[in-house]
Amino acid sequence: MIDLGPHATYIIAAYSFVFIVTVGLIAVTVSNVTRQARRLERLEAERKSGA
Amino acid sequence: MTDQGETISTNWFSQLAHPGFFMRWSAYLIWPLALISAVLFAVGLWFALFHSPADYQMGETVRIMYVHVPNAWLSQFCYGIMAVSAVGTLVWRHPMADVSMKAAAPLGAAFTAMALVSGALWGRPTWGTFWEWDGRMTSTLILFLIYLGLIALWRTFEDQLRAAKVVAVLTLVGAVNIPIIKFSVDWWNTLHQPSTFFRADGPKAPASIITPLLTMTLAFTVLFLLLHVLRMRTEVTKRKADRLEHLKIARQQKAS
Repeated sequence: MIDLGPHATYIIAAYSFVFIVTVGLIAVTVSNVTRQARRLERLEAERKSGA
Repeated sequence: MTDQGETISTNWFSQLAHPGFFMRWSAYLIWPLALISAVLFAVGLWFALFHSPADYQMGETVRIMYVHVPNAWLSQFCYGIMAVSAVGTLVWRHPMADVSMKAAAPLGAAFTAMALVSGALWGRPTWGTFWEWDGRMTSTLILFLIYLGLIALWRTFEDQLRAAKVVAVLTLVGAVNIPIIKFSVDWWNTLHQPSTFFRADGPKAPASIITPLLTMTLAFTVLFLLLHVLRMRTEVTKRKADRLEHLKIARQQKAS
């Protein structure tokens, strides 16, 4: 691991915040893709079956 | 342009406006964009954390720049996409334009939040303060608040087509903030340094700093494009599902 010097806390905090928000953004986006696709699939199946 | 040229151009434009066509061509973008973004992040982080020197003035804190600048750039680029989409909504009533606007707003808010927080964490060791009410920081905070306002506005209306028109007008009004952010460091005395990267006369930094900065900026930009496409696809799917849900409720009400 590289030596980040006396201000390591700020560097680690900045990278951690960006990492958490970026991963969160990806996770929420992928989860919404899956959720809406399943919802559409269910509604189309219901329409075909006449429910 | 000839009549034939105009017809071809109009057909191409209407074809693009069709959500079904968008869903088909955009499906081919997802994996290439994800792969390119992942590779760029791996290379960019290696350069940013292990293969770039400390700055002669800022020391190791210069490494915060490699996550701060890409997010600051995307906070404005994302708004640019929304402003162009707003024109598409108001002028051409392009069906995918309001989908693009709606999909971009939360992304813009997230990138602006990352720019603000990483900037504050960079400011404390560099300037001795997390925050200063100067032109660049204040106008970026206003941009963040505009994003939140637009997201709230989308949620206020049940009729999304009506919401699109209102949001489009307010997006274009808010676009005046973008040149203010860009030129704030030139117009006012500010703690924030002038641009070293996005300059008319080229970047003003050594290659050892430009390389990680450019790689990380590209990585975040490709990630933004990927997330934007995915969110647009989700919105198209959601609207289709909403229509089926309304039809289902109408059928049930008719039957009862």
